[in-house]
Amino acid sequence: MLNRTADNVARATPEPLAKKIRGISDKGLAWLFISPTILLLLAINIFPLFWAIYLSFTNYRANRPNEVVKNLGLANYRRILGDQDVWIAMQTTAHFVFWTILLQTVIGFTLAWLIDRKFRGHAFWTTIILVPMMLSPAVVGNFWRFLYEPQIGLFSYVISFVTGIPPTNVQMLSNVELAPWAIIIVDTWMWTPYVMLICLAGLRSIPEYIYEAAEVDRASNWRQFWSITLPMALPFIMLAVLFRGIENFKMFDMVNLLTGGGPGSTTEVASITLKRQAFESWRTGYSSAFAIILFVAVFGLANIYVKALNKVKQR
Amino acid sequence: MSTIQPAKRKSRWPTWARRGLMENIATAIIAIGFLMLFQPFALSLYSYSFVTMLAGTAMFIIVSKFPE
Repeated sequence: MLNRTADNVARATPEPLAKKIRGISDKGLAWLFISPTILLLLAINIFPLFWAIYLSFTNYRANRPNEVVKNLGLANYRRILGDQDVWIAMQTTAHFVFWTILLQTVIGFTLAWLIDRKFRGHAFWTTIILVPMMLSPAVVGNFWRFLYEPQIGLFSYVISFVTGIPPTNVQMLSNVELAPWAIIIVDTWMWTPYVMLICLAGLRSIPEYIYEAAEVDRASNWRQFWSITLPMALPFIMLAVLFRGIENFKMFDMVNLLTGGGPGSTTEVASITLKRQAFESWRTGYSSAFAIILFVAVFGLANIYVKALNKVKQR
Repeated sequence: MSTIQPAKRKSRWPTWARRGLMENIATAIIAIGFLMLFQPFALSLYSYSFVTMLAGTAMFIIVSKFPE
């Protein structure tokens, strides 16, 4: 039936077109089909990358396109790598990355461990826990702004109820001490479910017979956790840590929506500094060099991530 | 049934340049570069972090093509 249809199609194809199609090899046909995607990838990903590398060696300013572009060599890189403000922005990023990853890993793993107990209604609670991850960062940023409002925000009232501090004094987004923690709380709230999912996959991959053997050997629950659960789930935890590390290192949307880098520059992470240099100071060459430095850092981390992923696959 | 195993051809690739070992070294260099980028102690360490990370990343790309 299929052959007859194919024959009919072949017979109905005009001779010049049929000749052309017969002339293309399988490999050629494959290239023909994937070439639009490759062209698109080159246009949107690869070309801007090489253009940014070129710009990073110049004094180009996007707001002065007619000005003569001078080649500065490595001057932009030297300036960034000797700039105290950029160094502080890196430390702010490190503080943010460290605490978000720590909290997300601890809470995510604990949740995964609890969900893995398969208690009554665990499927329902898994769905509820996953909801924050499905929301858009723009939506999350906006409603947490309302929650953090000192006058009307629910968060301020809860803190006031627990600690006794008046809600108007709980200025999460405008207090220098609290603003970084406000962002850490939101990011942890949003991305802990993601870590939980990866850890859950790790926990579910542990064969049941190992626990049964441990039971036979009269290993305590604590011993089983330390000697079986944690070591066997560790590659998955590492994967989650690396993935969140890469994502949080590039974090922009939540910080921009919640504090915009303020108060002062207390929450000015690397990506916010980059945006300020590129679109407020219009130092395009300088910011391109900064972007390349961040790119190399993320690329290096991604290599480690791929290595960890291969280890997980080998299991 | 013959029990004679065909002799494995010995690779002339130096043992110290195995992929696993070299990848681990490259990963360590990237990690050191990353720590240098974020540390709050010395500006000079921060200044050399990019070169360290770049060297580690380039090394990782090269050694990942080495034989096991």
